[in-house]
Amino acid sequence: MKRKDALFEFLLRMGDNTLVLGHRISEWCGHAPVIEEDIALANTALDLIGQTQLWLGLAAEIEGKGRDADALAYLRDAWDFRNLLLVERPNGDFGKTLMRQFLFDAFQSVLLARLLRSSNRQISEIAEKTGKEVAYHLERSSGTVVRLGDGTAESHGRMQAALDDLWSYSGEMFTGDAVDATLARAGIAPEPRELRAEWTATVGSVLASATLMPPGDDFAHLGGKTGEHTEHLGFILADMQFLQRAYPGAEW
Amino acid sequence: MSSEWPLWEIFVRGQHGLNHRHVGSLHAPDAGMAIRNARDVYTRRNEGVSIWAVRSADIAASAPGDKGPLYEPANTKVYRHPTFFDIPDEVGPM
Repeated sequence: MKRKDALFEFLLRMGDNTLVLGHRISEWCGHAPVIEEDIALANTALDLIGQTQLWLGLAAEIEGKGRDADALAYLRDAWDFRNLLLVERPNGDFGKTLMRQFLFDAFQSVLLARLLRSSNRQISEIAEKTGKEVAYHLERSSGTVVRLGDGTAESHGRMQAALDDLWSYSGEMFTGDAVDATLARAGIAPEPRELRAEWTATVGSVLASATLMPPGDDFAHLGGKTGEHTEHLGFILADMQFLQRAYPGAEW
Repeated sequence: MSSEWPLWEIFVRGQHGLNHRHVGSLHAPDAGMAIRNARDVYTRRNEGVSIWAVRSADIAASAPGDKGPLYEPANTKVYRHPTFFDIPDEVGPM
């Protein structure tokens, strides 16, 4: 695989993860159980959309076909999206949204720490810029997971159910393919499997404090990274892309 | 046990400010979350460099009815107002 193609693909994966998750949690705006959490989630969504601009902006530059971050976000169809299946999972209840956020934040923070040493300077700069935001996201989501997991019987039950439901979507984060191998050889990005031990350690210690048990089953749903998505992504895109599709080039 | 989160008063020291200033109040289950909520509610646009959170219940307040005795001394004691001194520039804000 040509390095440029692999790099474009990798940047789409990074940008689509933050774009789709950012959109998902923006759905809570005005609906969170308390106003403090509402504001915090909206802040996280805005951070993620900001990160998307960096990743997709660089993807468009690498592609060199005259597209920009907006064109990639608004004018691709589901099969061209490269996000993990995890981030397109429906929000469910508030606990499930925070559990999904926590599993992703832990992954993103391990990955960005490695990307700081990327041989590609633009990538290491984005990792540096976004790392602080992600460190805060992880602090916040792990704090909430601990408080809800180790909270009341009701909140504990919901958090355990969320973990059981989402666990099988975490394996995709550590499943590599030819894109990852090409970038690893060039020192641009790590092989996903190399991130697993650190992620497991972080997630394990938070779940232990939260009195939650990770499921023993290692089955992993795969497909998002290569464009095979669940039915949920289409609905997200319909919401997100409608305006640009109906009124091409509209600005406000 | 109450199912409501306690109320916290939030104080933020601004970028160039000298003292923490009261900016408002919010609900949080504990001190750690109060700081994080304050960060999200009050400091997301570079407003601050330090946050204090204090449980509202722990604040002792003067009673509005005591206004007269506490704050309205006779205004004839001009010697109580140190307005006769020139303050050197090096002292800075007082």
